[in-house]
Amino acid sequence: MSAPLLSIRNLGKHFGGLHVLQDVSFDVPAGSIYGLIGPNGAGKTTVFNLITGLLQPSSGGIEFQGESLLGVAPHRITQRGIARTFQNIRIFKEMDLLENVMVGLHDQLRYSALQLFFNTPAHRAAEKKARERAFELLTWVGLERKADLMADNLSYGEQRKLEFARALATEPKLLLLDEPVAGMNPAEKSILMEEIRNIRNRGYGVFMIEHDMRFVMGLCERIAVLNFGRIIAEGTPDEVRNNPEVIEAYLGKEDSE
Amino acid sequence: MQWLNDFWSTYSTLVFTVGVHSLLALSIWLTLSCGLLSLANAAFMGMGAYVSALLTLHLGWPFPAVLLAGAVAPAAVALIIGTPVLRLAGVYLAMATLAFGEVVRITLLNLEITGGPEGLNGIPLVTEGWHIALLLALTLYGLGRLRRSKVGRAFEAIKEDEVAARLMGIAVDRYKLLAFVLGACIAGVAGALNAHFTYFISPREYGFENAVDILTLTVLGGTSSLVGPLLGATVLTLLPEVLRFLHDFRSLVNGAVLVLVVLFLPKGIWEPRRIRAWLNRRKGGQA
Repeated sequence: MSAPLLSIRNLGKHFGGLHVLQDVSFDVPAGSIYGLIGPNGAGKTTVFNLITGLLQPSSGGIEFQGESLLGVAPHRITQRGIARTFQNIRIFKEMDLLENVMVGLHDQLRYSALQLFFNTPAHRAAEKKARERAFELLTWVGLERKADLMADNLSYGEQRKLEFARALATEPKLLLLDEPVAGMNPAEKSILMEEIRNIRNRGYGVFMIEHDMRFVMGLCERIAVLNFGRIIAEGTPDEVRNNPEVIEAYLGKEDSE
Repeated sequence: MQWLNDFWSTYSTLVFTVGVHSLLALSIWLTLSCGLLSLANAAFMGMGAYVSALLTLHLGWPFPAVLLAGAVAPAAVALIIGTPVLRLAGVYLAMATLAFGEVVRITLLNLEITGGPEGLNGIPLVTEGWHIALLLALTLYGLGRLRRSKVGRAFEAIKEDEVAARLMGIAVDRYKLLAFVLGACIAGVAGALNAHFTYFISPREYGFENAVDILTLTVLGGTSSLVGPLLGATVLTLLPEVLRFLHDFRSLVNGAVLVLVVLFLPKGIWEPRRIRAWLNRRKGGQA
């Protein structure tokens, strides 16, 4: 097997005496869709916060493309190629859609203060290219007709799509999705499923946290199950589905019978 | 033409003040556009005023060099205090910058070279209308450019959601520092210009009240575009003059106008979205 894109080794996180994660290890392979599932409060979002550098782990390590992410500032981690969306959507509501996506292009826009001040051809060309790229990404998620609307005019599902486009704008190699189908209806879900497959087919790695079992089982190639801060199972959807510990975590023990 | 001469000899100081207040309003607009509630701008203005006045009085520097020094000195101080202070957010940042302002004021009050409580007297009146107009235009142009670039988008993103901005690859701390330093720079220029047309400066002009006044200019005018600060500065500078006929009731009415604006136009006088919505409603009503 080739080297994993993201490798999590013996990761631990505690807040004071509260152990949120203990000895969590798994690998996210390149070019695949990977899922992390688990009951509420299992520590899933904490895993994302550790990967993106918003939190520092208490123990263990995170490697991305063979390089450690420990102590790396969040914006540098994004620049290295990890983007994420949020469980409680965090778009920039008072910017229009195009600007939202252009924020994601921030690091790819390189011009000096002088070029900016004098609005030189190089500066204009860079901005124009960014605008075109942003429009392309909006087209890809189907929001191009609303490009100059303020983002707070969007419906819930559209806001998720915008967050998608914005995350992809950072040119990630790995896309972290935190509950991407929360609050969506079945039709929207199946469209999104197709879109996530598209993203994977374009060569991105996708790593998602999700509650919706049908969605995860239908989409992910491998799944890790987190319960009370520990990984209790890891494998293909079928392996995970039939794992007694997983069944117990979700449905409770059968010993009452 | 006679009336123009009369007007200018009576009101030139007032027009100059509108210009200087516009610069101050823009200086705090810049930090606000990055989501920073900083109340240090009166102190930065004071630094610009004192540094430039001292250079004119004691060393006889030419005015352009004096203006440059008046901009660079507060910017350098902002660069130094920025890194620790900008770790704070919201009201805590406001408190820290306010405390910094008091430190500056008390320092000015107690130093020998700044003339203590008496301040500095006899500053040559070298500021001319076109100096202010040119620097204001330059500032407006620069801020306009900034707004439509990746820097402006980064500021706006930081203001709206710092975490999301960070995860878009924006070096949030560096951009905050940039906004803080540039804001100090503009306030310093305003101070230097002001010192050279008022003849006299004292620590009293750069205290807590002035910090709040500067904030009021921008908040009243509106923070959503560059028009707001200009409008706020103009209205708030001219209002007391327009209300002069009210004699003793002047401050009362002045205050009442402010309260009404804040109550009914919480986003400031100039809010493009509201104005556009209003225009659309009118158009719809006619059709």
